[in-house]
Amino acid sequence: MKSLLAINTVAFKTMVVREVRRFTRIWVQTIVPPAISALLYLTIFGTLIGSRIGEMDGHRYIDFIVPGIIMMAVITNSYSNAVSSFFGAKFQHYLEELLVAPVHIVVILAGFVAGGVARGLAVGALVAAVSLFFTDITVQNPLLTILVVVLTSTLFAIGGVINAVFAKSFDDVSVIPNFVLTPLTYLGGIFYSVKMLPDFWESVSMFNPVLYMINGFRYGILGSSDFDIRWSLFVILVFIVVLGSVALFLLNRGIGIKQ
Amino acid sequence: MNALQTKALAKTYGSGLVALKGINLEVQQGDFFALLGPNGAGKSTAIGIICSLLNKTAGSIEIFGHDLDSNREFCKSQIGLVPQEINFNVFETPRNILITQAGYYGIARREASTRADEYLASLDLYEKRNQTARTLSGGMKRRLMVARALVHRPKLLILDEPTAGVDIEIRRSMWKFLSDLNAAGTTIILTTHYLEEAESLCRNVAIIDGGEIVESGAVEELLSRAMVQSFVLDLAEPVSVEIDLVGYRLISQKPRQLEIEVNTGTSMNDLFAQLAAQDINVLSMRNKANRLEEFFLRLVDENKKSNTA
Repeated sequence: MKSLLAINTVAFKTMVVREVRRFTRIWVQTIVPPAISALLYLTIFGTLIGSRIGEMDGHRYIDFIVPGIIMMAVITNSYSNAVSSFFGAKFQHYLEELLVAPVHIVVILAGFVAGGVARGLAVGALVAAVSLFFTDITVQNPLLTILVVVLTSTLFAIGGVINAVFAKSFDDVSVIPNFVLTPLTYLGGIFYSVKMLPDFWESVSMFNPVLYMINGFRYGILGSSDFDIRWSLFVILVFIVVLGSVALFLLNRGIGIKQ
Repeated sequence: MNALQTKALAKTYGSGLVALKGINLEVQQGDFFALLGPNGAGKSTAIGIICSLLNKTAGSIEIFGHDLDSNREFCKSQIGLVPQEINFNVFETPRNILITQAGYYGIARREASTRADEYLASLDLYEKRNQTARTLSGGMKRRLMVARALVHRPKLLILDEPTAGVDIEIRRSMWKFLSDLNAAGTTIILTTHYLEEAESLCRNVAIIDGGEIVESGAVEELLSRAMVQSFVLDLAEPVSVEIDLVGYRLISQKPRQLEIEVNTGTSMNDLFAQLAAQDINVLSMRNKANRLEEFFLRLVDENKKSNTA
């Protein structure tokens, strides 16, 4: 018998290939819509309305919103991919192909998360490419930008897996994105700086984890943030550790996938 | 060595349903073993636990001498499962389904591709290898699940009703395929509702009912313990008078057909002599049901009666 490391390495690669093939096969549903949404946001809020708003945090308004729009696409798509892929596998029972195989639980989670990250980054890159038609910003800190976007998409892909573990119907798959993720993302400072808010709402906003991710990403691209960038990285890492532990606990116990 | 051994395996679902009441099973390496039982008896639950798809409540499982709980990866690598329900991604092609499954067992893509083509060919699916799996017929989907279960070359193959809903021609070809596989050394555990399938393929059998093993042993041994057999006799001419038989039980009489129950060990010569004496010519004779089926039905019926008593 091969070593467990060798088996799990091949299994992980297999899962990544399967995940990427899944979302690229239906690219009209997975890749194109976020790019069209970004195009509309940048046209309406960036060009038409943004020209009347002026500067925000020392940047042109359209330059200010580009990082947030890219991050919104990354967050939504990382989450959507993981939740729909895992739930689809559960619903059609082909998750059993993985459960009967000698694949470690960590690798199962990593495979679904990698698929979410791959789609998130693919969509993020496409939205970034679309934004180049509207702005000519140069990335101030490429390494930090990449680090924040990869960590954020990892975090939301883990969230997607947890959602799928508990989901019993397709309605359950859309509840969190519609009623939790979208409000948090829109209130996470995509279109405004939290410094503009009254003190009370600025304090309330600090409890929104998405705010730290968008600001971290904005800092990487524009070089400015509403608060210390180390807070962003700390919050993202804490959430990854907490949600990752929850996901592994659920998969290990077989909650939602084994009776 | 035992390919599979369960000790006091029990399962109670969250709803309170007791599916397994501590079953003990032993399947020898190289055996072709039937696990029979009526619907809801606990067959699929037992298979689900053995294949790590369900959590057990109590008991232990050994696969080729290795404890499933402490050496789960090894045990999983030895087992191939053909489940009752279609459970592959129907939007994938058969070839990709097999390559992906092989990957989960650590088989690199090049080797997995070779094996996928090999098993698709041996199960008559090669021509369909690049079609979307949802376009396959029911029989093809069943064969694809067999191919998928074999792609990592398991030493123990577990089939949960593999021929359900499959036409007789495909069922026969599947029997041949499984017999050859067993002859080549693969241990096979089969659950089925077609008892002639179990009788013709399997050497050993366990009958499970109400979450308990109610009978187990060699198929031939169990059949020898079947107390009665029913025969259907087709007659040359219609008979309108009531037939009188001594030592045999006439179950039903139609103008050109008789159904007669015969105790095991009773000679048939006397039956034919009695019929000839009443000017009745028998054209042909056949078992009403196969012998294992009769034994199974009697056992399940007895078990039901003892449970209600």
